[in-house]
Amino acid sequence: MMQLEKIRQEFPALGTQVYGKPLVYLDNAATSQRPLSVIRKWEELSTERNANLHRAVHRLADLATQEYEATRDAVRQYLNAASREEIIFTSGATASINLVAFSFGEAFVREGDEIIVCEAEHHSDIVPWQMLCERKGAVLKVLPVDDGGRIRLGALPALLTPRTRLLCVAHISNVLGLVNPIKEIVKICHSAGCPVLVDGSQGIVHERVDVAGLDCDFYVFSGHKVYAAPGTGVLYGRRELLSRMPPYMGGGEMIETVRWSGTTYAPLPQKFEAGTQNIAGTPTLRPALEMVKRLRDPEILAESNAIKSFMLNGLNKISGLRLYGEPSSPEEKIPLFSFSVEQAHHEDLALILDKMGIAVRSGQMCAEPLMDRFGVTGMLRVSFAPYNTLQEAEYFMQSLERAIKMLRG
Amino acid sequence: MKSLQECQEEVVEDFSMYDEWLDKYEYLIDLGHRLEPFPEELKTDDRLIRGCQSRVWLDTRREDGRLFFRADSDAIITKGIISLLIGVYSGRTAAEIAADDFSFVERLGLRENLSPTRANGLASMIETIRRTAENLV
Ligand SMILES: Cc1ncc(COP(=O)(O)O)c(C=O)c1O
Repeated sequence: MMQLEKIRQEFPALGTQVYGKPLVYLDNAATSQRPLSVIRKWEELSTERNANLHRAVHRLADLATQEYEATRDAVRQYLNAASREEIIFTSGATASINLVAFSFGEAFVREGDEIIVCEAEHHSDIVPWQMLCERKGAVLKVLPVDDGGRIRLGALPALLTPRTRLLCVAHISNVLGLVNPIKEIVKICHSAGCPVLVDGSQGIVHERVDVAGLDCDFYVFSGHKVYAAPGTGVLYGRRELLSRMPPYMGGGEMIETVRWSGTTYAPLPQKFEAGTQNIAGTPTLRPALEMVKRLRDPEILAESNAIKSFMLNGLNKISGLRLYGEPSSPEEKIPLFSFSVEQAHHEDLALILDKMGIAVRSGQMCAEPLMDRFGVTGMLRVSFAPYNTLQEAEYFMQSLERAIKMLRG
Repeated sequence: MKSLQECQEEVVEDFSMYDEWLDKYEYLIDLGHRLEPFPEELKTDDRLIRGCQSRVWLDTRREDGRLFFRADSDAIITKGIISLLIGVYSGRTAAEIAADDFSFVERLGLRENLSPTRANGLASMIETIRRTAENLV
């Protein structure tokens, strides 16, 4: 308990109140709260090291560039990528996916080619692919999930054809909270010659990510969901692919030489980092990933597991409650629970819980096709971070029961 | 029939009896449950109010120069809110409704106590009632 209490105190937001009640923040899948180490890093960069990168010889520019590039090394090491050139900084997961959709699309996707996305994807991992397919006259195919929300791996081989150019799938769905079998998916896809993009927006928070071990070709995530500053993000890409992809945006330091007769581009990773970068934000990824490691403490993991079984148990006892995302084993589920309750609309529940000091999400969670799949207009989602406590889960469960009682009258 | 102003005063007074927001919700939920049943066949797209997160249907009937509203929502608190509005405006003439400034809603404190998306929904409900009346004046 000691360790968790200590870490919680490093997150100023966790000690605040709403409506005079202690804040119980259970909307972590939307964005996480930030620790002091991240806030201070941003402050330090803004006060002591603010300069544009790679461009000047002065001392500040040097310090800012060092911070930025050291962050690249830290991310490379954290993800176990083969080289620092494979780590591209972006403004978030959505930006990373759009970059790949454009640049990979330009290099590799022709009319009649196919892209596969999973049925449970976030809109950010659907719409860029629809746009690409529209642009190129390519075909978008859907890898389905079963009634429990698990990917139907058995359906995958038949979807793969010689024209499949890329498969896109979340490491962990932001609605279902299920850890997808990425290794198996990659194996099946690679044997058909198809690369795989993994949307790690939720995965980076809850899983030990090893891109070499996963053998995926792209891995993307946002900083703000994993304790770093908003407007930061990462694209890991396999060097063989990145080097064959044209730039996404032009300008700034992404060039080698610019002539009226033509421009040549900088090598990786600068080729994909056009314009002034998020100089104060991106370096916060370093303390943020340090926090991820610290939160992997056995005592804190034990608390998370206790929350998971407490929640599953409690939710299953509520009559008329339907939980989406049923794991085959406990390890397959993160402490994220989306559900609907008969005679208790998700909006009403969220509104009442809010007044009890509890922040949860209600609605479509940017996954409309998945809502359609389950025949609902929305769900209530409770998403825990490793810094949440069992006590908070207990308070949530009591409050939920009270809210349902109020609504059913 | 009470005047529009009297009716609005009453609603504001009833609502301000509760100090706690949870109690205000409880009151709205109760109103929502007691709202006259809405015929399923009236749940058509042209009766859906746009801008609400939950689905809200509003049906307007005109009788002897007066407007009668019926409504439904799949979210019960929303239903309670629309029930408040209907209670105030149903049975009045289009001219009377169109001339009102709807400021009594501000005094309920609903807007600042609903999430921004809900507050938008509330604004859409008011707008729909106002526009319906204006079109019939
Ligand atoms: C699985 C998943 N993918 C993509 C995103 C988009 O992230 P962002 O809005 O930070 O770009 C999110 C978060 O909303 C997410 O949960």
